[in-house]
Amino acid sequence: MTRTLRIGDQVVLDRERLAGLFEAIRKLGYVVHGPILSDGAIVLGPIESDRDLPIGWRDRQDAGTYRLERREDDAVFGYAVGPHSWKRLLFPPKRSLWRAEREGARFHLLPIVEDTPKLALFGVRPCEMAAIRVQDRVLANGQYQDSNYASRRRQAFVVVADCHEPGGGCFCASLGTGPTEQGEGWDLAMTEILQGRHRFLVRAGSSKGLDVLRALPWTETSPADLQAAERQRQRALRRMGRRMNPEGAKELLYQAASDNHWDEIAQRCLMCGNCTMACPTCFCVTVVDRTSLDGSQTERERVWDSCFSLEFSYIHGGSVRFSPYARYRHWMTHKLASWQDQFGTMGCVGCGRCIVWCPVGIDITEELETFRSRVGGNREAVR
Amino acid sequence: MATSIELTQAARDPMIPVPYVVERFLRETNDTFSLELEPFDPTYELAFRPGQFNMLYVFGVGEVPISISGDATDTKRLVHTTREVGVVTRAMRNLKAGHTIGARGPFGTSWPMEEAKGHDVVLVAGGIGLAPLRPALYWILRNRDEYGKVVLLYGTRSPEDILYSKELAKWRSQFDLEVHITVDRATTEWRGNVGVVTKLVGRAPFDPTDTVAMVCGPEIMMRFAVEELTKRGVAEANIYVSMERNMKCGVGLCGHCQLRGEFVCKDGPVYRYDLIEPLFVEREL
Repeated sequence: MTRTLRIGDQVVLDRERLAGLFEAIRKLGYVVHGPILSDGAIVLGPIESDRDLPIGWRDRQDAGTYRLERREDDAVFGYAVGPHSWKRLLFPPKRSLWRAEREGARFHLLPIVEDTPKLALFGVRPCEMAAIRVQDRVLANGQYQDSNYASRRRQAFVVVADCHEPGGGCFCASLGTGPTEQGEGWDLAMTEILQGRHRFLVRAGSSKGLDVLRALPWTETSPADLQAAERQRQRALRRMGRRMNPEGAKELLYQAASDNHWDEIAQRCLMCGNCTMACPTCFCVTVVDRTSLDGSQTERERVWDSCFSLEFSYIHGGSVRFSPYARYRHWMTHKLASWQDQFGTMGCVGCGRCIVWCPVGIDITEELETFRSRVGGNREAVR
Repeated sequence: MATSIELTQAARDPMIPVPYVVERFLRETNDTFSLELEPFDPTYELAFRPGQFNMLYVFGVGEVPISISGDATDTKRLVHTTREVGVVTRAMRNLKAGHTIGARGPFGTSWPMEEAKGHDVVLVAGGIGLAPLRPALYWILRNRDEYGKVVLLYGTRSPEDILYSKELAKWRSQFDLEVHITVDRATTEWRGNVGVVTKLVGRAPFDPTDTVAMVCGPEIMMRFAVEELTKRGVAEANIYVSMERNMKCGVGLCGHCQLRGEFVCKDGPVYRYDLIEPLFVEREL
């Protein structure tokens, strides 16, 4: 440690020193969340130290399939993404908006003043980092903002980990959101190296991250480290289960609005909404009023919602998207097409969760290609 | 009582309703009524543009988007007219003077009052669709010199369902405003038009080449109104429609009101027809 580290400098941290990283982050007052083993899946939860991580586990994923297996090594990040995404922490599934109390014919509104937690997100994959940037645009950078999200996001300390074990549902490489393309918005980025000495390449992406990194016993990288990282990246690219061609997706799906292939998808789709819950960018919510039995108090909650329900589009007289095909069409068109009109980016980051956690294994990459091959097909004409 | 602190916070967070007191409950027709509301805080300045809406909240029941039906120059009183169609609007019907109601807003785009200046104006209303158009009519009547011929075409189910009947009678007797009403089902006393409102478009007195049309009603009615207007020669770019969708937030964050890329709550509800034409014709979008 002879020089002063700067943002972007890549250094080496030995595996044995990982506990120190947790200590350094926690010392700054962050509550650390990261991947943990629970109920036969790798999910997100609070973690105290590196020992809580799913060390030596891998996941086998494909359309409608997810299984955990033991690895032959002690990899810390030897798995892809699980059913949870970081939106659980930055944009919780349920949040109280305000309370109200009745007093005769009147009522008072009592805003809920919440201290948003200072979260450290540990082990965020590049595709998930991309998803966080998408949610930043949606929830924090628009005309109106979700102040709770903005506050959680602003305070969060993000540790990105390159992905070396993409799953069968993954297609980040084709969207430029992974497996090692971290983009912006993180504080520390890590690349795990299993060959030879178990170690991590670490770099800071912010001054907060730099402060943490400087306090750690890092060593300089060698050409061998960089070569090992590159070999791993190449191997990850080869193992990517799927690919999506985003070229012209917007125009393609707008043109396909009347294609009867939507009916064919609707034959398979169960309208369960799993894809929307598992998706790291889906942001739709509804509000729920919980009123005490004596009618004196009420509380309004904002909860995640899914565009696959009939209630979602209900207006007096019926649901706008009554037919199953219309609901699937809305979701997929929003994700890949209209999202671009709304937020200047696709709503898909290639994490593959909607494919893996779909009970019937509907594959958004495959459906897009089907529409591409059917350009000109007309829903009404075929009926 | 609502404190000013509460109001300041409410103003900051668009998801927190502002408490209003119900000043007057007005039964309009069998299934419609108006609420006249005043904010608890007398210093709270009301400001809206014709065509905008509020999210109205009934304690313990829920919240619904309702367009504003009052006069935009009235800064002390907020007026909403609605039809009893769901849980919240039925609870709203039971509100009485002195009760509290919450309101968030105003949200959304407005009728093209500026763009319509110097031109003929045709307002086409179907049923409760007259309510969001009434602020536009008030606006025109207050600035009558700035507009050409003004025609209101209004269709409703039956003579008993005619909204604002006293005001309509007054407007009909005015020489600076043409009012044509039609009903789907006539009663024996009815001497007026029978049939859909879109049929009135063909013979209404306006210059189609110099007209701005504002259309509000059920989507199918608006579709036919646009068809009749364009048949008369009104350019699609001069036709405005007001869309309705499920809304939970009013600020483009809940996702419910999406119409392809549009968030109807903030990009709408009032749209220039030519800009959303493809979205208007595709089913279940």
